[in-house]
Amino acid sequence: MTTRRLPRILKAVRRTALQAVPTVIGILILNFFLLRLTPGDAADALAGEAGAATVETLAALKSKFGLDLPVLEQLGGYLSNLAHFSLGVSPRYNQPVAELIAARLPNTLSLMGLALVFALLIGITLGALMASFAGRPTDRVLSVVALLFYSIPSFWIGLMLIVLFSVKLGWLPTGGAETIGANLTGWDAVLDRARYQILPALSLALFYVAIYARLTRDDMIEVRTQDHVRTARAKGLSPFAVTRDHVLRNALIPVTTMAGIHLAGLMGGAVVVETVFSWPGLGRLAYEAVMGRDFHVLLGILLLSSLLVVAVNAAIDILQAWLDPRIEVR
Amino acid sequence: MHGTDTFPTGSLAAKSLATDAEDRAAAAALGAERAPAPLPEPDFWPNVHAPDAARTVTADVARLAPVGRRHALLVFLSNPTAVAGLLILAAVVGAALAAPLLFPDDPLEMAGRPLQWPGQNPRFPLGTDALGRDVLAGLVHGARVSLLVGACATLAGLLAGILVGATAGYFGGVVDDVLSKLIEIFQTVPGFILLIVLVAIAQPSVPAIALAIAAVSWPQVARLVRAQFRAIKEKDFVAAARALGFGHGRIIFREILPNALPPVIVLASVTVATAILMESALSFMGLGDPNVVSWGSMIGTGRDLLRTAWYLSAVPGVAIVLTVLSLNLIGDGLNEALNPRLGGEG
Repeated sequence: MTTRRLPRILKAVRRTALQAVPTVIGILILNFFLLRLTPGDAADALAGEAGAATVETLAALKSKFGLDLPVLEQLGGYLSNLAHFSLGVSPRYNQPVAELIAARLPNTLSLMGLALVFALLIGITLGALMASFAGRPTDRVLSVVALLFYSIPSFWIGLMLIVLFSVKLGWLPTGGAETIGANLTGWDAVLDRARYQILPALSLALFYVAIYARLTRDDMIEVRTQDHVRTARAKGLSPFAVTRDHVLRNALIPVTTMAGIHLAGLMGGAVVVETVFSWPGLGRLAYEAVMGRDFHVLLGILLLSSLLVVAVNAAIDILQAWLDPRIEVR
Repeated sequence: MHGTDTFPTGSLAAKSLATDAEDRAAAAALGAERAPAPLPEPDFWPNVHAPDAARTVTADVARLAPVGRRHALLVFLSNPTAVAGLLILAAVVGAALAAPLLFPDDPLEMAGRPLQWPGQNPRFPLGTDALGRDVLAGLVHGARVSLLVGACATLAGLLAGILVGATAGYFGGVVDDVLSKLIEIFQTVPGFILLIVLVAIAQPSVPAIALAIAAVSWPQVARLVRAQFRAIKEKDFVAAARALGFGHGRIIFREILPNALPPVIVLASVTVATAILMESALSFMGLGDPNVVSWGSMIGTGRDLLRTAWYLSAVPGVAIVLTVLSLNLIGDGLNEALNPRLGGEG
């Protein structure tokens, strides 16, 4: 079985890689020209922060970072840098962009990962409940609850969670990534970090809980009417077993597709949530980069996050082809 | 933030709309059969095989539509949650319109002693902030900004999305390939980061923020409209229109677009909601228009006093949640009304 599936999957990998190339190049060029339109550059921002800068030092700064070259030359320089697997150097931090991003990326990824886990767990449970009571008051009430979750700004619920769990109850920390100066190791360090991650991940997840609940509900209702479910019920399986093994499993495929689509959104949402919880992730870095006109960092983040989205979408395509042989790899 | 996400209502609407349009086209055909137009005079006989072809106008479709529309309205109004959404939205719109009458003074001006809690002073039912500004006045004036940005961003996004999506879906081929790639590129870049960059480029002001939000919301509209056009352009009534020699413009705007609109309307109501969320997130981060009060900026300034005066952040947040919720409830109700097969079954 595996031998028959493998060539198909390799074919899919190659096709996706080929298709991704124009997308990524398009993103690069779009981003580059977009950022060129911004008034001011890194040198201006640095000079502004220093308070005083002569025309000469400003010019020296600009030529040091290559900001005085024509736009096309700058683009060419950036692309040739990329061809050598370098994202350039940040004038602001005076550090390679790749290093800056690498230092922040794990934080953002773990935040997004935990948020996605929360969203899927709570969402699928809610959706399964709604589908079991479809059309009845429980379903109606839960539908409105899901819509309510969908309507709450993530940064606001983050603040309210801080008020409740940090200020009033004192259970969880208000912000940051770990207890400073605690020097924990092993399991303690993991637990410590987890405590800092619960509130931000929850605020980020709430929005997606609503989406997965709704999707799971609709898909389960659709799957339930299909023949194989009727067969399972006729065999005398308990309603719970039917739901778990025959309905939910088939309803999950669309949910995984959506989870892939949401990656770009999660990344954007992380920017706001990271601000609320002073979480040292990519979102904070992106925000600081915009404020400091630090284009190389910003380009690097936009490129990397876009690549991540492309890669995850491809992975989900392939995963689904693996799960369900009927799905043709496009 | 949430700009690039698709709530299931939109995609589900798209799924069922193909059949919806089919039904309507079939109904139109039936109607034409039942009430045949009087045969044309022998001296005016343009087409032997379809004698009434010259008289066949889109009016046949239009004449049938109001019945469906009235029915949809009834379904919508019999849905308690949708009506609740409508009432909340009406209250918010009313407050926004009445803002200059209720609170003629600049809401950014000091009105009383700072940091009074809600209910403490009857002059300030929702309290005052750290600078002694009336929270209720800010809230009411903020409603204007939120609704204005939400509506303008959605209109601009709809316009761009419909143009691109219709062109891609109708013409197909290379045009479709290029435009689809463009849509994909915009959907791959994290929307909220792009939004921050755009606002930083344009300098924060209400029109700039609305346009920037439109720039991150149009791809979703374009995708939906493209899918709709691809499904509908294969229908018989479009083939008929083409056979009658109608131009591309007329077929796109008068034949296909009206049939493609119902799910777009549902998406639009949800887009207004997301636009309001995005505007509030931008203002919260200090990227809003500094010259106006906005719910997001009220939360942002209240954040510094979160430990002592958390009502400053809580109150405008509730306003955002209620407004966005009302729009989502309306979107939900519209979806059920326009796609009867979807809702309530089980």
